[in-house]
Amino acid sequence: MTKQIRQLDRVVIRFAGDSGDGMQLTGDRFTSETAQLGNDISTLPNFPAEIRAPAGTLPGVSSFQVHFADYDILTPGDSPNVLVAMNPAALKANLADLPRGADIIVNTDEFTKRNLAKVGYQANPLEDDSLTGYVVHPVALTSMTVGALADQAVSKKDAERAKNMFALGLLSWMYSRPYESTLRFLERKFAKRPELVAANIAAFRAGWNFGETTDSFAVRYEVKPARMLPGTYRNITGNAALSLGLVAAGVRSGLPVFLGAYPITPASDILHELSKHKRFGVVTMQAEDEIAAVGAALGASYGGALGVTTTSGPGVALKSETISLAVALELPLVVVDVQRAGPSTGMPTKTEQADLNMALHGRHGEAPVAVIAPKSPSDCFHAAIEAARIALTYRTPVLLLSDNYVANGSEPWLLPDVESLPDLRVEFATEPNGEDGAFLPYLRDPETLARPWAVPGTPGLEHRIGGLEKADKTGDISYDPANHDFMVRTRAARIETIPVPDVEVEDPDGDARVLVLGWGSTYGPIGAACRGLRQRGLSVAQAHLRHLAPMPANLGEVLRSYDRVVIPEMNLGQLAHVIRGRYLVDAIGYNQVRGLPFTAAELETMLEEVLKNV
Amino acid sequence: MSEPVALKLTAKDFKSDQEVRWCPGCGDYAILAAVQQFMPELNIPRERIVFVSGIGCSSRFPYYMNTYGMHSIHGRAPAIATGLSVSRPDLSVWVVTGDGDALSIGGNHLIHALRRNVNLKILLFNNRIYGLTKGQYSPTSEVGKVTKSTPVGSADAPFNPLSLALGAEATFVGRTIDSDRKHLQSVLRAAAEHEGSAFVEIYQNCNIFNDGAFDQLKEPGIRDDHLIRLEHGQPITFGADGQFCVVHPPGGFGLEVRETAATPAEEIVVHDATVTDPAYAFALSRLPGLDLRNTPIGVFRSVERPSYDSVVQAQVAAATAEVTETPEQQLAGLLSSGDTWTIL
Repeated sequence: MTKQIRQLDRVVIRFAGDSGDGMQLTGDRFTSETAQLGNDISTLPNFPAEIRAPAGTLPGVSSFQVHFADYDILTPGDSPNVLVAMNPAALKANLADLPRGADIIVNTDEFTKRNLAKVGYQANPLEDDSLTGYVVHPVALTSMTVGALADQAVSKKDAERAKNMFALGLLSWMYSRPYESTLRFLERKFAKRPELVAANIAAFRAGWNFGETTDSFAVRYEVKPARMLPGTYRNITGNAALSLGLVAAGVRSGLPVFLGAYPITPASDILHELSKHKRFGVVTMQAEDEIAAVGAALGASYGGALGVTTTSGPGVALKSETISLAVALELPLVVVDVQRAGPSTGMPTKTEQADLNMALHGRHGEAPVAVIAPKSPSDCFHAAIEAARIALTYRTPVLLLSDNYVANGSEPWLLPDVESLPDLRVEFATEPNGEDGAFLPYLRDPETLARPWAVPGTPGLEHRIGGLEKADKTGDISYDPANHDFMVRTRAARIETIPVPDVEVEDPDGDARVLVLGWGSTYGPIGAACRGLRQRGLSVAQAHLRHLAPMPANLGEVLRSYDRVVIPEMNLGQLAHVIRGRYLVDAIGYNQVRGLPFTAAELETMLEEVLKNV
Repeated sequence: MSEPVALKLTAKDFKSDQEVRWCPGCGDYAILAAVQQFMPELNIPRERIVFVSGIGCSSRFPYYMNTYGMHSIHGRAPAIATGLSVSRPDLSVWVVTGDGDALSIGGNHLIHALRRNVNLKILLFNNRIYGLTKGQYSPTSEVGKVTKSTPVGSADAPFNPLSLALGAEATFVGRTIDSDRKHLQSVLRAAAEHEGSAFVEIYQNCNIFNDGAFDQLKEPGIRDDHLIRLEHGQPITFGADGQFCVVHPPGGFGLEVRETAATPAEEIVVHDATVTDPAYAFALSRLPGLDLRNTPIGVFRSVERPSYDSVVQAQVAAATAEVTETPEQQLAGLLSSGDTWTIL
């Protein structure tokens, strides 16, 4: 049967199932196939904190959304065009996000009386008229997989578990994806169990062939490659990019990277990734707690390494005292906060931007640090290098504010030329810098205000540093009032005078009166919303902050040149508060803390209202 | 490697230019002097020695040593020193801490440094009181201790620092006394020679808030009946005339003190610091009561186990040994690993 082929410019697919159904893996593979084809992509995994919530329940639903297009896209998409629902819970948990007319592929085998009852369905939604607004494709995924694997040397349980590959095969057929990378992946993943390689590949092929032969799918789709800059790409998550950025910072500085970390969601993947890169001289230490993790990193920095610690909000709170010590010691330290919904344990697998206040202000005493935030998954690579650059050049802790959305989301990454990355080499102090061969550990570089980095092992520079206030230049303990005042102001100036690039404003029409200011991971949704408005003939300007401390020198001027400034944040207005206080600009906040990224549509609607009232 | 050159350093070389500011009469002065006098023995250049401390009276120590030093934050010295030691195996890293710093606020870091066997020499000055905050009871204070924060007596039982360290399976555990310079230096010597964590408890007198806490171990005429001087390979006897001895009673779990005269010589325990099972050293650590009777000093335990530092460095060395590319080439390879695609 020859199927009709229809061209689309963009598609959003959401794979949803039980935590044990392998939906993250399925989504990952589909994404990788899509990347191979050259579409632009953006992904959003969404999973519960529980490793295995009771099977078939709403809390156990795990999903993976992928948005791909033949043009450059900025978000994982507001609402899916296609939902793959592996069980009734997945259908129920995700149905509200689907627009009318969306395709729903359901695994009918799981729509048993018991499973329906588990999630409160009185009647089977596949049999009543509750799904009439959608295009439902009932597929007996489990039993067809088991049937297809009847000849394979695997148990029934292993055969059932391969149903996600059947689903992947079907979707790969539906969207004409190149699947060689998936076959290679399966060979690698199950290298030690060849029977599982064969079974999973057979399941994948069965899904593909089912698409080709069945009547329930009359149309096959194509999404042409996007026009992207020439070069070599890979698909990358924020956590992976951040890890590679830290490795790159080690290479470009010539210093060993030392990571002290304690496992915490959603930052642990950085520890996992960096622990694989010992051949770069990277040392990773899984510490006994968050405090030890940052302490060890600081100790390593004292010894001349690039000390890094990675964590999420609760961990930053615990590390706060040590970060303040690093402020006083004036040593390099990179602190990565992959933010999650708080307070306390909050919703550890959901995203939020509510640690900005803590990053900027959450320490005792006057303890300023540099703060930067990546705007997208691949930007985490460059943000990590920038954090290392500031830490090494200005001998200061730098807080890098990632979040769960960019950490676990992915997008194509144009691989940079290694030689084009910043040169981060530092000079350790080797000679006395005072009179009569004295070494003055707090004699500053007049330009950077950084003090000399004299590492143990350097003859003639033996000195003591500590948390007690230090006399200017000599670093001796000092309780002198004027000296303390001077040192506090100098530490503040050291951060405030770090040169950071001007904030750039995107205002293609040039006549916008409203500026949308964002920071961190909201870049994508804000950008998509602005595009939407412009396509409808409305003018709006967008500016995005990577540097939150210090802020770009031109920011005040930029803010004051618009009639209205709107600041969307996934918190209750933390940046807006800073902007209002610092620049006396009457910025409006737009805030939501649902544990999910903004949708472009909600921002577009909100901004349209603002535009009407300017 | 060539023969080490004798550096000919003296105690004076280890004195910094900072004025020492402990209370007059504090036991810390004696420890500082003993350490400064001992340091030249190491024959390690001053620049390769680092003292890291936390917070408390004892933690001012690094300021007075003309080496590299860091006075850090309360309880965290073992964690900070771990990062330093692991990334710089060429350094000799010493931690100076107190009973509050190491056993209260920093208890977690201490036990984990010990279980990892980080190559640190940890000197715990135990004066059984909080001095810098002016006289509250500490986690080694005796039950019922009356202090500013416990006017009718403390309610909680103290830690025995050596039992704790042994519970964490420290590979080197010793105890000494501030006023006995010769003994103190003998324990420091053994600690310095040990590869891995060396934990040394130093009984230290706080003459302001807990004066005389260890007098029974110091007063001539009394001390000999209280102190058990452990000597590796020697039967454990003590008392002015050797009238007491330590035995392992059959059927019991621990060690007990007996009268030597009434004990067959073969029943007297011969001290062996190299016993692998920490239970033996633990039993020694349980001998004294709060009256300080039967207090062993010296090296309780000294066993060999690879240090955390050496294992971590060996992993890195094994990984880097295979590398033939420049770091930049390696990085380019890493960035382009996995599934990539090229757009022309």
